[in-house]
Amino acid sequence: MISVKRIASDLKVFSRGYLRNKFGLFFGLVFPVMLILIFGAIFSGDSSGKINLYIQNQDTGPFSNPQMDIATQFVNTLNNSGTVFLVSVNASENFSDYLADNSASDGVLIPHGFSEAYLSGQQVNVTVYGNPTASTSGIISGTVSGVITFFNLKYFNPNASPIIGITPTTVNTEQTQYVDFLIPGLIGFSILISPMFSLVNISSEYKKTKLFKQLSLTPLTKMEWLASKVIWYIALSTLSFLLMVAVGIFAFGAHITLNIWLIPFLILGPMLFASLGMLVGTITKNPETAGIIGNIVTFPMMFLSGTFFPISTMPQYLQDIAHIMPLFYIIEGLNNVMVYANFDGALIDLVVVGVITAVIFLAAIKLFKWRED
Amino acid sequence: MSINPIEISSLKKYYDNIKAVDEITFSVKPGEIFGLLGPNGAGKTTTIEIMEGLRKRGAGDVKVIGLDPWKDGHKLHKKIGVIPQDFTFFEKITPREAIIYYANLFDVKANPDQILKDVLLEDSANVFFENLSGGQKQKTGLALALVNSPELLFLDEPTTGLDPNARRAIWKVIKGLKAKGKTIILTTHYLDEAQQLSDRVAIMDHGKIVAMGTVDKIIEEHGSKERLEIVGSKELANYITENTDLAVNYHQGIISVNLKQKIDALAALAAAEQSSFNWGEIHTRRDSLDDVFIKLVSGKVDESGEIIVENNNSNN
Repeated sequence: MISVKRIASDLKVFSRGYLRNKFGLFFGLVFPVMLILIFGAIFSGDSSGKINLYIQNQDTGPFSNPQMDIATQFVNTLNNSGTVFLVSVNASENFSDYLADNSASDGVLIPHGFSEAYLSGQQVNVTVYGNPTASTSGIISGTVSGVITFFNLKYFNPNASPIIGITPTTVNTEQTQYVDFLIPGLIGFSILISPMFSLVNISSEYKKTKLFKQLSLTPLTKMEWLASKVIWYIALSTLSFLLMVAVGIFAFGAHITLNIWLIPFLILGPMLFASLGMLVGTITKNPETAGIIGNIVTFPMMFLSGTFFPISTMPQYLQDIAHIMPLFYIIEGLNNVMVYANFDGALIDLVVVGVITAVIFLAAIKLFKWRED
Repeated sequence: MSINPIEISSLKKYYDNIKAVDEITFSVKPGEIFGLLGPNGAGKTTTIEIMEGLRKRGAGDVKVIGLDPWKDGHKLHKKIGVIPQDFTFFEKITPREAIIYYANLFDVKANPDQILKDVLLEDSANVFFENLSGGQKQKTGLALALVNSPELLFLDEPTTGLDPNARRAIWKVIKGLKAKGKTIILTTHYLDEAQQLSDRVAIMDHGKIVAMGTVDKIIEEHGSKERLEIVGSKELANYITENTDLAVNYHQGIISVNLKQKIDALAALAAAEQSSFNWGEIHTRRDSLDDVFIKLVSGKVDESGEIIVENNNSNN
């Protein structure tokens, strides 16, 4: 008979031991938050996706009134385009050398007499520096062309306004950022890592040091023992989930839908990977082998399940492999709930995860031996 | 009439072609400390683990407090206390917390302070297990074995690897438990430990019991008879041989005279006195447990009384 009292007392001892061990706490809570800070900073840093563009304005006048300073208006329009972050370079510098000294490839040079030429209708060129191998250069030349076209139009009709415009949007009702896609992946990652590595380690170490034998001499059953570990990792994963979501929202302004659909994923995920870790620790002979097998199982899952990169960017055969990874369905489910609000899709993921979890949990219990024949 | 806590007959356990336990039979009476003695690989731990329900027996009958240890393991474990060999526990738990944990698992009311006092561990009650000394760790194991107030205790090499002071402290605890009427099965490969603690011992070698009984009885059965030792010369030894009908041996300045009866000593001494040779100190001697052990078992005993195995090919 399963005893709640025994599970509770084992949970108390295990969680206290876990909290007393700084290392476990680091991997359980600090590490996931660090990941989200690092990836969030890399992919959605403070330039908000803008490209650095060096600009040198050699047309310093003098101008009889500010309306005559077309060069400055040109710079301001470029600055308002929203795609570039302008870095102004003093007119006395040699622009080409300056770019090289700053390891920069993208730059725009406005020549002396630019305003005068524009106002008198004489042809004048701005020089655009770029590196054809960098994806940024295409964006720069497109942006500058757009501004030039606008000024050409203005020359012929100063009151003209564009006829065709653009309404930018994404698939969600709210504006979606990279960090919004990143958070479900990293949550999936933390659901995988902490219970999996921990249980691989514990189950093989306890076997080696005969702690399981010791526990088998008490009324505690192996089902109760595993249950208390699963409960602990559900609690830990939920806490790390909340921390990651909070960091995502407050540090990166992520848009995340939180609702009741997340709960089954946060329960089944840790249960699945705690059981899988237990299974690996159980079927291997010693902690060293367990560690190796644990890594063989974990690493492909870590990278191929859509944790850091969406799997749609991968070749087809890797996408096929991703579909046999249990973590894939957890991350897809989290994405369906948190980003797309697609609950029909989430339900399918949930069923798949539920079946895999049940099979692995029962296999771990069945194969796990307290005592030897 | 109380039944014996342990009844074992014709117990066998083979691993492939290794006979770990080979047809052993013994019983243990209530309140007794029974020592299983033998070199590493003799089969002590296999035997004790079968009794604890941690291993399945190969053949034979095993009854521990009337139960089949393998089939009724769950029931049995509520009634016995065990320290497995190389006892270890969670690193970040204190002895007091460990006792409370066990009390919850066994669903019993335990008094941690009393148990800690019984095992002489009050001073380290709140130290993490990983920071305890070897002796304190073993005492924690003893404390856990006592949580469910068992009448029968299994101590598998409780002092292996401990320094002499720590060993004596554990002995004190074990003697205290005996005084409370507990039955104790003890395995050890320290002869002095077996002699100090056990009411009876069984000496195991290659899976068989080669001698069993009280230490005195084993020495009497398997040791040499009492002998008189005289410090003297080879010439004196020859003189005694020629002038008495006693069996005399000489080895490195010691003349050893076998005594069939105590009065034989007088004849030997009279002969020595009659001779004109000098002789020194005299005393009588009989085989110690060490001497008997070396005769019975394929092992040696080192200076500290620990058994060293010459060839270890069986599974422990």
